[in-house]
Amino acid sequence: MKQTPLRAVHEKLGAKMVDFAGWNMPVQYDSIIAEHNAVRNACGIFDLSHMGEFWLNGPDAMVNLQCICTQDIEKLSDRQIAYSPMCKPDGTIVDDILVYRWDTSTFMLVVNASNTQKDYDWIKSNLEGIVELSDSSDRTGLIAIQGPKAEEVLQKITNQRLKAIKFYWFTLARIADCECVISRTGYTGEDGFEIYCDIENTEKIWELLMEAGKDAGIKPAGLGARDSLRLEARLLLYGNDIDDTITPMEANLGWTVKFAKGPFIGSKVLKEQKDNGTSKTLVGFEMPKGPAPRHGYIVKADGKEVGHVTSGLKSPTLGKNIGLTYVPPKYSEIGTKIQVVIRDKDYDAEIIETPFYKR
Amino acid sequence: MKYAETHEWAKKEGNLFVVGVTEFAASELGDVTYVELPEVGDKFEQTETFGTIESVKTVSSLHLPVGGEIVEVNEEIEDNPGLVNEDAEGAGWLCKVKPTNPADYDKLMDKAAYDKSTQE
Repeated sequence: MKQTPLRAVHEKLGAKMVDFAGWNMPVQYDSIIAEHNAVRNACGIFDLSHMGEFWLNGPDAMVNLQCICTQDIEKLSDRQIAYSPMCKPDGTIVDDILVYRWDTSTFMLVVNASNTQKDYDWIKSNLEGIVELSDSSDRTGLIAIQGPKAEEVLQKITNQRLKAIKFYWFTLARIADCECVISRTGYTGEDGFEIYCDIENTEKIWELLMEAGKDAGIKPAGLGARDSLRLEARLLLYGNDIDDTITPMEANLGWTVKFAKGPFIGSKVLKEQKDNGTSKTLVGFEMPKGPAPRHGYIVKADGKEVGHVTSGLKSPTLGKNIGLTYVPPKYSEIGTKIQVVIRDKDYDAEIIETPFYKR
Repeated sequence: MKYAETHEWAKKEGNLFVVGVTEFAASELGDVTYVELPEVGDKFEQTETFGTIESVKTVSSLHLPVGGEIVEVNEEIEDNPGLVNEDAEGAGWLCKVKPTNPADYDKLMDKAAYDKSTQE
Protein backbone atom coordinates (compact mmCIF):
# COMPACT_ATOMS: atom_id res chain seq x y z
CA MET A 1 0.00 0.00 0.00
CA LYS A 2 1.18 3.54 -0.72
CA GLN A 3 1.95 5.81 2.23
CA THR A 4 1.52 9.57 2.49
CA PRO A 5 4.26 11.65 4.12
CA LEU A 6 2.00 11.97 7.18
CA ARG A 7 1.81 8.26 8.00
CA ALA A 8 3.75 8.64 11.26
CA VAL A 9 1.55 11.59 12.28
CA HIS A 10 -1.63 9.55 11.76
CA GLU A 11 -0.20 6.64 13.70
CA LYS A 12 0.78 8.91 16.59
CA LEU A 13 -2.75 10.32 16.64
CA GLY A 14 -4.19 6.80 16.80
CA ALA A 15 -6.07 7.10 13.51
CA LYS A 16 -8.00 4.20 12.12
CA MET A 17 -6.38 3.52 8.76
CA VAL A 18 -8.03 2.07 5.66
CA ASP A 19 -7.03 1.17 2.14
CA PHE A 20 -8.36 3.92 -0.12
CA ALA A 21 -7.50 3.44 -3.81
CA GLY A 22 -4.31 1.68 -2.79
CA TRP A 23 -3.34 4.32 -0.22
CA ASN A 24 -3.09 3.77 3.52
CA MET A 25 -5.33 6.64 4.68
CA PRO A 26 -6.88 7.79 7.96
CA VAL A 27 -10.66 7.25 7.89
CA GLN A 28 -11.13 8.70 11.37
CA TYR A 29 -9.05 9.74 14.34
CA ASP A 30 -11.55 9.78 17.15
CA SER A 31 -15.12 10.26 15.96
CA ILE A 32 -16.31 11.02 12.44
CA ILE A 33 -19.15 13.14 13.83
CA ALA A 34 -16.83 15.14 16.11
CA GLU A 35 -14.45 15.73 13.19
CA HIS A 36 -17.36 16.71 10.95
CA ASN A 37 -18.65 19.18 13.52
CA ALA A 38 -15.19 20.67 14.06
CA VAL A 39 -15.07 21.57 10.35
CA ARG A 40 -18.57 23.06 10.41
CA ASN A 41 -17.99 25.06 13.60
CA ALA A 42 -14.24 25.73 13.89
CA CYS A 43 -11.73 24.03 11.60
CA GLY A 44 -10.32 20.68 10.64
CA ILE A 45 -7.24 19.56 8.75
CA PHE A 46 -7.03 16.76 6.24
CA ASP A 47 -4.16 14.82 4.72
CA LEU A 48 -4.91 14.74 0.99
CA SER A 49 -1.44 13.80 -0.15
CA HIS A 50 -2.89 10.83 -2.00
CA MET A 51 -4.42 13.15 -4.62
CA GLY A 52 -2.65 13.26 -7.98
CA GLU A 53 -0.92 16.39 -9.29
CA PHE A 54 0.08 16.74 -12.93
CA TRP A 55 1.75 19.60 -14.76
CA LEU A 56 0.95 20.54 -18.30
CA ASN A 57 3.54 22.83 -19.87
CA GLY A 58 4.13 24.31 -23.29
CA PRO A 59 2.76 26.74 -25.84
CA ASP A 60 -0.01 24.28 -26.77
CA ALA A 61 -1.04 23.47 -23.19
CA MET A 62 -4.06 25.78 -23.32
CA VAL A 63 -5.47 24.52 -26.59
CA ASN A 64 -5.10 20.93 -25.37
CA LEU A 65 -6.90 21.66 -22.10
CA GLN A 66 -9.70 23.33 -24.04
CA CYS A 67 -10.13 20.04 -25.85
CA ILE A 68 -9.81 17.73 -22.82
CA CYS A 69 -11.88 19.74 -20.32
CA THR A 70 -15.54 20.73 -20.52
CA GLN A 71 -14.75 24.06 -18.83
CA ASP A 72 -13.51 27.14 -20.65
CA ILE A 73 -9.90 27.31 -19.47
CA GLU A 74 -9.15 30.36 -21.63
CA LYS A 75 -11.61 32.38 -19.54
CA LEU A 76 -9.51 31.78 -16.44
CA SER A 77 -7.09 34.44 -15.27
CA ASP A 78 -3.60 33.51 -14.17
CA ARG A 79 -3.77 32.12 -10.60
CA GLN A 80 -7.40 31.15 -11.05
CA ILE A 81 -8.79 27.61 -10.78
CA ALA A 82 -11.56 25.74 -12.59
CA TYR A 83 -13.44 22.63 -11.52
CA SER A 84 -13.94 20.59 -14.67
CA PRO A 85 -15.04 17.18 -15.83
CA MET A 86 -12.93 15.48 -18.51
CA CYS A 87 -15.13 13.43 -20.82
CA LYS A 88 -14.83 10.66 -23.35
CA PRO A 89 -16.25 11.16 -26.86
CA ASP A 90 -19.55 9.61 -25.65
CA GLY A 91 -19.78 12.31 -22.99
CA THR A 92 -19.15 10.06 -19.98
CA ILE A 93 -16.79 11.29 -17.30
CA VAL A 94 -13.16 10.14 -17.18
CA ASP A 95 -12.62 12.19 -14.01
CA ASP A 96 -13.52 15.48 -12.38
CA ILE A 97 -10.41 17.59 -11.83
CA LEU A 98 -9.13 20.99 -10.76
CA VAL A 99 -7.20 23.06 -13.28
CA TYR A 100 -4.80 25.60 -11.75
CA ARG A 101 -3.76 28.18 -14.34
CA TRP A 102 -0.30 29.60 -13.62
CA ASP A 103 -0.03 31.29 -16.99
CA THR A 104 -1.15 30.57 -20.54
CA SER A 105 1.40 27.79 -20.93
CA THR A 106 1.64 26.36 -17.40
CA PHE A 107 -1.12 24.46 -15.62
CA MET A 108 -1.36 22.22 -12.58
CA LEU A 109 -4.06 19.53 -12.72
CA VAL A 110 -5.32 17.94 -9.52
CA VAL A 111 -6.94 14.55 -10.06
CA ASN A 112 -8.63 11.91 -7.91
CA ALA A 113 -6.23 9.46 -6.27
CA SER A 114 -8.22 6.52 -7.60
CA ASN A 115 -7.84 7.83 -11.18
CA THR A 116 -4.24 9.04 -11.26
CA GLN A 117 -2.88 6.46 -13.71
CA LYS A 118 -6.04 6.38 -15.83
CA ASP A 119 -6.08 10.17 -16.12
CA TYR A 120 -2.40 10.38 -16.96
CA ASP A 121 -2.85 7.86 -19.76
CA TRP A 122 -6.02 9.55 -20.99
CA ILE A 123 -4.54 13.03 -21.10
CA LYS A 124 -1.29 11.80 -22.61
CA SER A 125 -3.11 9.96 -25.40
CA ASN A 126 -5.05 13.10 -26.32
CA LEU A 127 -2.20 15.61 -26.40
CA GLU A 128 -1.22 17.27 -29.66
CA GLY A 129 1.45 19.84 -30.54
CA ILE A 130 4.14 21.29 -28.29
CA VAL A 131 3.11 20.33 -24.79
CA GLU A 132 4.52 18.21 -21.99
CA LEU A 133 2.67 16.27 -19.32
CA SER A 134 4.40 15.31 -16.08
CA ASP A 135 3.20 13.61 -12.90
CA SER A 136 4.48 15.24 -9.71
CA SER A 137 2.17 13.33 -7.32
CA ASP A 138 5.07 11.52 -5.64
CA ARG A 139 6.81 14.80 -4.82
CA THR A 140 3.75 16.73 -3.65
CA GLY A 141 2.16 16.88 -0.21
CA LEU A 142 -1.37 18.23 0.16
CA ILE A 143 -3.07 19.41 3.33
CA ALA A 144 -6.54 20.98 3.49
CA ILE A 145 -7.62 23.27 6.30
CA GLN A 146 -11.36 23.78 6.25
CA GLY A 147 -13.92 25.57 8.38
CA PRO A 148 -14.95 29.06 9.53
CA LYS A 149 -11.68 29.45 11.49
CA ALA A 150 -9.45 28.19 8.67
CA GLU A 151 -8.37 31.63 7.46
CA GLU A 152 -7.59 32.92 10.94
CA VAL A 153 -5.49 29.86 11.75
CA LEU A 154 -3.59 29.65 8.47
CA GLN A 155 -2.92 33.40 8.50
CA LYS A 156 -0.84 32.98 11.66
CA ILE A 157 1.78 30.95 9.84
CA THR A 158 1.94 32.38 6.32
CA ASN A 159 3.32 35.58 4.83
CA GLN A 160 0.57 35.99 2.21
CA ARG A 161 -2.52 37.99 3.02
CA LEU A 162 -5.20 35.32 2.74
CA LYS A 163 -8.09 37.80 2.58
CA ALA A 164 -6.85 38.69 -0.89
CA ILE A 165 -7.35 35.14 -2.19
CA LYS A 166 -10.83 34.72 -3.60
CA PHE A 167 -12.77 31.46 -3.86
CA TYR A 168 -11.10 29.27 -6.51
CA TRP A 169 -7.95 31.38 -6.75
CA PHE A 170 -4.46 30.53 -5.54
CA THR A 171 -1.16 32.09 -4.64
CA LEU A 172 2.45 31.15 -4.00
CA ALA A 173 3.21 31.55 -0.32
CA ARG A 174 5.62 30.69 2.45
CA ILE A 175 4.84 28.74 5.57
CA ALA A 176 7.91 29.06 7.81
CA ASP A 177 10.72 28.46 5.31
CA CYS A 178 8.60 26.19 3.09
CA GLU A 179 7.44 27.37 -0.28
CA CYS A 180 3.92 26.22 -1.09
CA VAL A 181 0.82 26.87 -3.15
CA ILE A 182 -2.24 27.97 -1.22
CA SER A 183 -5.65 27.91 -2.88
CA ARG A 184 -9.03 28.86 -1.49
CA THR A 185 -10.67 25.57 -2.38
CA GLY A 186 -12.07 22.54 -0.62
CA TYR A 187 -14.50 19.68 -0.51
CA THR A 188 -16.49 20.40 2.62
CA GLY A 189 -18.94 23.22 1.89
CA GLU A 190 -17.00 25.50 4.25
CA ASP A 191 -14.51 28.26 3.63
CA GLY A 192 -10.99 26.91 3.60
CA PHE A 193 -7.69 26.34 1.89
CA GLU A 194 -5.68 23.62 0.27
CA ILE A 195 -1.91 23.75 0.70
CA TYR A 196 0.39 22.05 -1.82
CA CYS A 197 3.98 21.63 -0.68
CA ASP A 198 7.15 19.64 -1.22
CA ILE A 199 6.60 16.19 0.16
CA GLU A 200 9.36 16.56 2.76
CA ASN A 201 7.71 19.69 4.21
CA THR A 202 4.27 18.14 4.67
CA GLU A 203 4.76 17.01 8.25
CA LYS A 204 6.25 20.34 9.31
CA ILE A 205 3.30 22.28 7.85
CA TRP A 206 0.82 19.89 9.47
CA GLU A 207 2.43 20.39 12.88
CA LEU A 208 2.54 24.18 12.44
CA LEU A 209 -1.16 24.21 11.57
CA MET A 210 -2.06 22.01 14.54
CA GLU A 211 -0.13 24.35 16.84
CA ALA A 212 -1.59 27.52 15.29
CA GLY A 213 -5.11 26.10 15.50
CA LYS A 214 -5.00 24.94 19.10
CA ASP A 215 -7.06 27.79 20.52
CA ALA A 216 -9.48 27.70 17.58
CA GLY A 217 -10.28 24.05 18.26
CA ILE A 218 -8.58 22.56 15.20
CA LYS A 219 -9.08 18.82 14.73
CA PRO A 220 -7.47 16.35 12.35
CA ALA A 221 -10.24 14.95 10.16
CA GLY A 222 -10.24 11.71 8.19
CA LEU A 223 -11.84 10.43 5.02
CA GLY A 224 -15.05 9.61 6.92
CA ALA A 225 -15.70 13.25 7.78
CA ARG A 226 -14.53 14.33 4.32
CA ASP A 227 -17.25 12.15 2.83
CA SER A 228 -20.04 13.33 5.14
CA LEU A 229 -19.05 17.00 4.70
CA ARG A 230 -18.89 16.85 0.92
CA LEU A 231 -22.21 15.04 0.64
CA GLU A 232 -24.06 17.63 2.74
CA ALA A 233 -22.66 20.25 0.36
CA ARG A 234 -23.66 18.06 -2.60
CA LEU A 235 -20.12 17.82 -3.90
CA LEU A 236 -19.89 14.71 -6.04
CA LEU A 237 -17.57 11.77 -5.44
CA TYR A 238 -16.06 10.05 -8.44
CA GLY A 239 -16.71 6.31 -8.23
CA ASN A 240 -19.93 6.86 -6.27
CA ASP A 241 -21.97 9.67 -7.83
CA ILE A 242 -20.21 9.94 -11.15
CA ASP A 243 -18.12 7.57 -13.22
CA ASP A 244 -17.42 6.58 -16.80
CA THR A 245 -21.06 5.64 -17.41
CA ILE A 246 -22.44 9.07 -16.43
CA THR A 247 -22.31 12.39 -18.27
CA PRO A 248 -22.04 15.86 -16.70
CA MET A 249 -25.56 16.63 -17.99
CA GLU A 250 -27.00 13.68 -16.08
CA ALA A 251 -25.02 14.65 -12.97
CA ASN A 252 -26.34 18.23 -13.00
CA LEU A 253 -22.87 19.50 -13.84
CA GLY A 254 -24.14 21.39 -16.89
CA TRP A 255 -22.70 24.59 -15.39
CA THR A 256 -19.20 23.20 -16.01
CA VAL A 257 -19.84 22.46 -19.69
CA LYS A 258 -19.03 25.44 -21.94
CA PHE A 259 -20.18 24.95 -25.53
CA ALA A 260 -19.34 28.53 -26.55
CA LYS A 261 -15.61 27.76 -26.55
CA GLY A 262 -15.98 25.43 -29.55
CA PRO A 263 -15.77 21.65 -29.91
CA PHE A 264 -14.11 19.53 -27.21
CA ILE A 265 -14.06 15.81 -26.40
CA GLY A 266 -17.66 14.78 -25.77
CA SER A 267 -19.21 18.08 -26.83
CA LYS A 268 -21.42 16.59 -29.53
CA VAL A 269 -23.18 14.16 -27.22
CA LEU A 270 -23.35 16.67 -24.38
CA LYS A 271 -24.93 19.32 -26.62
CA GLU A 272 -27.52 16.83 -27.76
CA GLN A 273 -28.29 16.01 -24.12
CA LYS A 274 -28.49 19.68 -23.29
CA ASP A 275 -31.03 20.25 -26.07
CA ASN A 276 -33.07 17.07 -25.73
CA GLY A 277 -32.64 16.17 -22.10
CA THR A 278 -31.28 13.01 -20.50
CA SER A 279 -32.95 9.75 -19.51
CA LYS A 280 -31.90 10.20 -15.89
CA THR A 281 -30.87 13.02 -13.63
CA LEU A 282 -29.12 13.29 -10.28
CA VAL A 283 -31.34 14.45 -7.42
CA GLY A 284 -31.10 14.78 -3.66
CA PHE A 285 -33.58 13.24 -1.26
CA GLU A 286 -34.32 13.11 2.42
CA MET A 287 -35.60 10.06 4.25
CA PRO A 288 -37.21 10.84 7.61
CA LYS A 289 -37.22 7.34 9.10
CA GLY A 290 -35.01 4.26 9.01
CA PRO A 291 -31.36 3.44 8.62
CA ALA A 292 -29.02 5.52 6.50
CA PRO A 293 -29.43 5.21 2.73
CA ARG A 294 -26.18 3.94 1.23
CA HIS A 295 -24.47 3.49 -2.12
CA GLY A 296 -26.19 0.83 -4.22
CA TYR A 297 -29.54 0.66 -2.41
CA ILE A 298 -32.53 0.41 -4.77
CA VAL A 299 -34.77 3.45 -5.24
CA LYS A 300 -38.44 2.95 -6.15
CA ALA A 301 -41.22 5.22 -7.37
CA ASP A 302 -44.78 4.30 -8.35
CA GLY A 303 -44.04 0.82 -7.00
CA LYS A 304 -41.21 0.04 -9.40
CA GLU A 305 -37.44 0.31 -9.38
CA VAL A 306 -36.25 3.63 -10.86
CA GLY A 307 -32.65 3.95 -9.68
CA HIS A 308 -30.00 3.40 -7.03
CA VAL A 309 -28.62 5.48 -4.21
CA THR A 310 -25.19 6.81 -5.21
CA SER A 311 -24.30 8.36 -1.83
CA GLY A 312 -26.18 8.62 1.43
CA LEU A 313 -25.80 9.00 5.15
CA LYS A 314 -27.38 10.27 8.29
CA SER A 315 -26.32 13.89 8.01
CA PRO A 316 -24.43 14.95 11.15
CA THR A 317 -25.28 18.63 10.58
CA LEU A 318 -28.96 18.21 9.71
CA GLY A 319 -29.67 15.16 11.87
CA LYS A 320 -31.62 13.39 9.14
CA ASN A 321 -31.00 10.82 6.42
CA ILE A 322 -29.99 12.32 3.07
CA GLY A 323 -28.81 10.90 -0.20
CA LEU A 324 -28.29 11.26 -3.93
CA THR A 325 -29.79 9.12 -6.67
CA TYR A 326 -30.33 9.11 -10.42
CA VAL A 327 -34.00 9.00 -11.41
CA PRO A 328 -35.89 9.48 -14.67
CA PRO A 329 -36.72 13.19 -15.14
CA LYS A 330 -40.42 12.67 -14.34
CA TYR A 331 -39.46 11.77 -10.77
CA SER A 332 -36.96 14.59 -10.33
CA GLU A 333 -39.34 17.38 -9.25
CA ILE A 334 -38.91 18.72 -5.71
CA GLY A 335 -41.49 17.05 -3.49
CA THR A 336 -41.71 13.80 -5.48
CA LYS A 337 -42.20 10.78 -3.22
CA ILE A 338 -39.80 7.88 -3.65
CA GLN A 339 -38.87 4.85 -1.57
CA VAL A 340 -35.47 3.47 -0.65
CA VAL A 341 -35.23 -0.29 -0.22
CA ILE A 342 -33.09 -1.29 2.76
CA ARG A 343 -32.86 -4.96 3.72
CA ASP A 344 -36.12 -5.75 1.86
CA LYS A 345 -38.08 -2.93 3.49
CA ASP A 346 -39.32 0.22 1.72
CA TYR A 347 -38.61 3.51 3.46
CA ASP A 348 -40.39 6.69 2.33
CA ALA A 349 -38.24 9.49 0.99
CA GLU A 350 -38.81 12.77 -0.84
CA ILE A 351 -36.84 14.70 -3.46
CA ILE A 352 -35.56 17.93 -1.92
CA GLU A 353 -33.48 20.93 -2.93
CA THR A 354 -29.71 20.60 -2.87
CA PRO A 355 -27.18 21.40 -1.54
CA PHE A 356 -28.52 19.89 1.66
CA TYR A 357 -26.28 22.25 3.61
CA LYS A 358 -25.17 25.76 2.71
CA ARG A 359 -22.97 27.87 4.94
CA MET B 1 -21.04 -11.44 31.60
CA LYS B 2 -19.80 -13.55 28.70
CA TYR B 3 -18.81 -12.73 25.15
CA ALA B 4 -19.34 -14.07 21.64
CA GLU B 5 -16.64 -14.01 18.97
CA THR B 6 -19.04 -11.87 16.90
CA HIS B 7 -18.64 -9.13 19.57
CA GLU B 8 -21.92 -9.38 21.44
CA TRP B 9 -22.19 -9.92 25.19
CA ALA B 10 -24.80 -11.66 27.33
CA LYS B 11 -25.46 -11.24 31.02
CA LYS B 12 -27.73 -13.33 33.26
CA GLU B 13 -30.67 -11.51 34.80
CA GLY B 14 -32.90 -13.98 36.61
CA ASN B 15 -34.23 -16.39 33.96
CA LEU B 16 -33.35 -13.98 31.17
CA PHE B 17 -30.24 -12.80 29.39
CA VAL B 18 -29.49 -9.16 28.66
CA VAL B 19 -27.70 -8.73 25.32
CA GLY B 20 -25.58 -5.97 23.81
CA VAL B 21 -22.45 -5.29 21.77
CA THR B 22 -19.03 -5.17 23.40
CA GLU B 23 -17.11 -2.01 24.18
CA PHE B 24 -14.48 -3.21 21.73
CA ALA B 25 -17.09 -3.46 18.98
CA ALA B 26 -18.57 -0.06 19.80
CA SER B 27 -15.16 1.54 19.61
CA GLU B 28 -14.35 -0.22 16.34
CA LEU B 29 -17.67 0.85 14.80
CA GLY B 30 -17.24 4.50 15.76
CA ASP B 31 -20.29 6.74 16.14
CA VAL B 32 -23.35 4.50 16.09
CA THR B 33 -26.11 6.18 14.09
CA TYR B 34 -28.80 3.50 13.88
CA VAL B 35 -29.72 0.21 15.51
CA GLU B 36 -32.37 -2.04 14.00
CA LEU B 37 -33.79 -4.16 16.83
CA PRO B 38 -36.12 -7.18 16.63
CA GLU B 39 -39.75 -7.17 17.75
CA VAL B 40 -40.72 -8.50 21.13
CA GLY B 41 -41.84 -12.10 20.54
CA ASP B 42 -39.35 -12.79 17.73
CA LYS B 43 -37.39 -16.01 18.18
CA PHE B 44 -33.81 -16.67 17.15
CA GLU B 45 -31.28 -19.43 17.52
CA GLN B 46 -27.87 -18.88 18.99
CA THR B 47 -25.62 -16.91 16.53
CA GLU B 48 -28.62 -16.07 14.31
CA THR B 49 -28.88 -12.48 13.03
CA PHE B 50 -31.35 -10.56 15.20
CA GLY B 51 -30.70 -7.00 14.07
CA THR B 52 -28.37 -4.50 12.45
CA ILE B 53 -26.10 -1.85 13.84
CA GLU B 54 -24.90 1.07 11.73
CA SER B 55 -22.21 3.67 12.20
CA VAL B 56 -21.45 6.57 9.88
CA LYS B 57 -19.38 4.31 7.62
CA THR B 58 -20.48 0.74 8.33
CA VAL B 59 -23.40 -1.66 8.51
CA SER B 60 -22.97 -4.78 10.69
CA SER B 61 -25.23 -7.68 11.58
CA LEU B 62 -26.00 -8.45 15.21
CA HIS B 63 -25.83 -12.11 16.24
CA LEU B 64 -27.73 -13.38 19.23
CA PRO B 65 -25.28 -14.84 21.77
CA VAL B 66 -27.97 -16.92 23.48
CA GLY B 67 -30.86 -18.39 21.44
CA GLY B 68 -34.43 -17.73 22.51
CA GLU B 69 -37.37 -15.34 22.46
CA ILE B 70 -36.99 -11.56 22.58
CA VAL B 71 -38.96 -10.36 25.60
CA GLU B 72 -37.83 -6.73 25.75
CA VAL B 73 -35.88 -4.27 23.60
CA ASN B 74 -34.10 -1.13 24.77
CA GLU B 75 -36.44 1.59 23.43
CA GLU B 76 -33.99 4.32 24.34
CA ILE B 77 -31.57 3.10 21.67
CA GLU B 78 -33.98 4.11 18.94
CA ASP B 79 -33.88 7.78 19.91
CA ASN B 80 -30.29 7.77 21.07
CA PRO B 81 -28.16 5.16 19.28
CA GLY B 82 -25.08 6.97 20.63
CA LEU B 83 -25.84 5.27 23.94
CA VAL B 84 -24.04 2.24 22.52
CA ASN B 85 -20.82 4.29 22.31
CA GLU B 86 -21.32 5.86 25.72
CA ASP B 87 -21.98 2.67 27.65
CA ALA B 88 -21.92 -0.42 25.42
CA GLU B 89 -21.89 -2.95 28.22
CA GLY B 90 -24.39 -1.11 30.44
CA ALA B 91 -27.06 1.44 29.48
CA GLY B 92 -26.42 0.63 25.81
CA TRP B 93 -27.87 -2.88 26.10
CA LEU B 94 -30.02 -3.93 23.14
CA CYS B 95 -32.53 -6.60 24.16
CA LYS B 96 -33.50 -9.23 26.71
CA VAL B 97 -33.86 -12.90 25.75
CA LYS B 98 -35.80 -15.76 27.31
CA PRO B 99 -33.42 -18.61 26.47
CA THR B 100 -34.51 -21.79 24.72
CA ASN B 101 -31.43 -23.53 26.00
CA PRO B 102 -29.65 -21.71 28.85
CA ALA B 103 -26.57 -23.87 28.20
CA ASP B 104 -25.89 -21.63 25.15
CA TYR B 105 -24.36 -19.26 27.68
CA ASP B 106 -21.69 -21.77 28.63
CA LYS B 107 -20.39 -21.84 25.06
CA LEU B 108 -19.48 -18.13 25.23
CA MET B 109 -16.05 -16.73 26.15
CA ASP B 110 -15.20 -15.22 29.50
CA LYS B 111 -13.70 -11.73 29.59
CA ALA B 112 -10.09 -12.88 29.59
CA ALA B 113 -10.61 -15.11 26.57
CA TYR B 114 -12.55 -12.42 24.69
CA ASP B 115 -10.00 -9.71 25.42
CA LYS B 116 -7.30 -12.02 24.18
CA SER B 117 -9.24 -12.71 20.98
CA THR B 118 -9.55 -9.00 20.21
CA GLN B 119 -5.85 -8.39 20.67
CA GLU B 120 -4.89 -10.84 17.96
